[in-house]
Amino acid sequence: MKRNDIYFSIGAALFLAGALLMTQVIGNQYPFFACYVILQFIVLAVAWSILGGYAGYVNFGTSAFFGMGVYTAVFLFKAFGAPLAVQIAAAAAVGALMGFALGFLTLRMQGIYFSIATIALTIIIETTITNWRFVGGASGIQMQRPPVTAPFDSYVQMLFFVQALLVVLAVGIARYIQNSWIGRGLQALKDDELAAECTGVPTLRLKLLACVVSGALMCAAGAPAAMYLQYADPASAFNLNYSVSALAMSLIGGTAHWAGPIIGAILLGSTQQLLTVTISSEVNVLVLGVMLVLFVVAAPEGIIGLIRRVRGNRSEGKT
Amino acid sequence: MFSFELLLDAVVIGVLLGCFYAAVSLGLSISFGLLDVPHVAHPAFLVLASYGVYLLNEHYGIDPLVAGLMITPLFFLFGLAAYRLYYETFERRGTDAGVRGIAFFFGVAFIIEVLIILQFGVDQRSVTAAYVGKAWRLGDMRIPFRLVVAFVVAAALTILLTLYLSKTFMGRAIRAVAQDQEALRLMGANPIRIKQWAFGIATAVLGIAGALLIIVAPVEPTLDRTYIGRTFCVVVMAGLGSMSGTLVAAIILGVAETIVLTLFGASWAPAISFAMLLGVLAVRPQGLFGRRS
Repeated sequence: MKRNDIYFSIGAALFLAGALLMTQVIGNQYPFFACYVILQFIVLAVAWSILGGYAGYVNFGTSAFFGMGVYTAVFLFKAFGAPLAVQIAAAAAVGALMGFALGFLTLRMQGIYFSIATIALTIIIETTITNWRFVGGASGIQMQRPPVTAPFDSYVQMLFFVQALLVVLAVGIARYIQNSWIGRGLQALKDDELAAECTGVPTLRLKLLACVVSGALMCAAGAPAAMYLQYADPASAFNLNYSVSALAMSLIGGTAHWAGPIIGAILLGSTQQLLTVTISSEVNVLVLGVMLVLFVVAAPEGIIGLIRRVRGNRSEGKT
Repeated sequence: MFSFELLLDAVVIGVLLGCFYAAVSLGLSISFGLLDVPHVAHPAFLVLASYGVYLLNEHYGIDPLVAGLMITPLFFLFGLAAYRLYYETFERRGTDAGVRGIAFFFGVAFIIEVLIILQFGVDQRSVTAAYVGKAWRLGDMRIPFRLVVAFVVAAALTILLTLYLSKTFMGRAIRAVAQDQEALRLMGANPIRIKQWAFGIATAVLGIAGALLIIVAPVEPTLDRTYIGRTFCVVVMAGLGSMSGTLVAAIILGVAETIVLTLFGASWAPAISFAMLLGVLAVRPQGLFGRRS
């Protein structure tokens, strides 16, 4: 266990060093634009799986949290000219609060009711933002990027590195949760909530915790998006595509292990980037939908499950 | 600014609109309310039906309601196939059916949406018929004819379905399977076949409902997202599976929507059904006419 932790830390440090090196070596801006989106989806998918994968609560409200992150950043920037770090930290706090509120209101609901309630939350928040003039209302708002700080050459490179930091943070948290009593508790309540409650698992508190952590990470992932696009409008910030992407990436990767959502996000994210370059964005969503349905029907455990099955067969062959 | 006439106007329009909402929710009331299928793709099926009606109307000049009747058998078969797939892949395997079932229907909804966009583009589409665009004057009140048509058809549809579920053998079997599947199995009936039939009917109703949808207002591919709120709000508020309850709940929603529309403007409209849904779930999750405690 201890040795695994060390390996994980080394891996995370190498990943960050690689990202930093990339910003120093590569002059072309495009890789950063593309990789930023993939990193963003890794954070969203990992955050989604904390509640959706470990606890089994299907959250359709990823876009509510993401959009809330975007608009927290927009508001702070427009009102106080707050720097990026403050925007992200504030977004995480807002996300945690939102997660708590969502959990408090809805976690006594189960299955489809919880999912529908999260869609409802998304639409209600989107409508409220649409009617809020200060942050641009329905027509959206332009954002002027501030000058970039050293050691980065451009703002996009900085955003890329910031998102890489968020990835490490999200994966670290997800991994910690999975390996600790929290993850085991969530697993227990996913399998049978009543039985878990009866054996003394504090189900409601665990679900609240999962909601808060998941919400904070999603909101934080959304905060830099305003600066990335230099523009924000409710229809795209709260687009349900974020919800279905996070859900699809988690389920396709497999939710049994923290690495699953990462695999799913990298696979689907890069496919989407390739497709957006060559074909229209509708095909993008189509691929996402078809992959989701195929995996849910044919490989319910996701890619992680497929890998485990192959490994299992191999070891069976040996003995 | 706000007068009694305006309120009366809103209530009348709201009742008509509510009947229309009932028509588009009846299918979900069967599939989700009675069969417990997490049918998030219901509104997507609805929009798909609308585009079918549009196609028949645009190319062959068929009246939208007749076109709706024409695609009903197709949708019945479609529903049979959809339930079979859902049953084989999720209900029978049992484990973890909830999460994956919801994700499955969500994915299906997205696929339908995108296929419509690829085929028809993102523009709004509408149908032409003698009664679309005309209005009926009643004193100072102006009642659009398309809403009246929707009202009449919706009322007829609700009555027919209520009668079907309470008077016919198959209808009673459907309600029985909703109550106790195991008991039905012990009596020698095949609950899966009954559920499949019921899901077929729930989907077939969408043929007519889709026709109403495109008669009442122009449709666009992503329209299903707002109707997730409306249909689920109506079905949950009604209390799962109650047909007459569906009508009452839909009228409540319709009146609430038109009143908020007159008071605060159209930009708040999409949130109303979702807010009511959350309210119902928080305060009275068994609905107004709930069958479960």
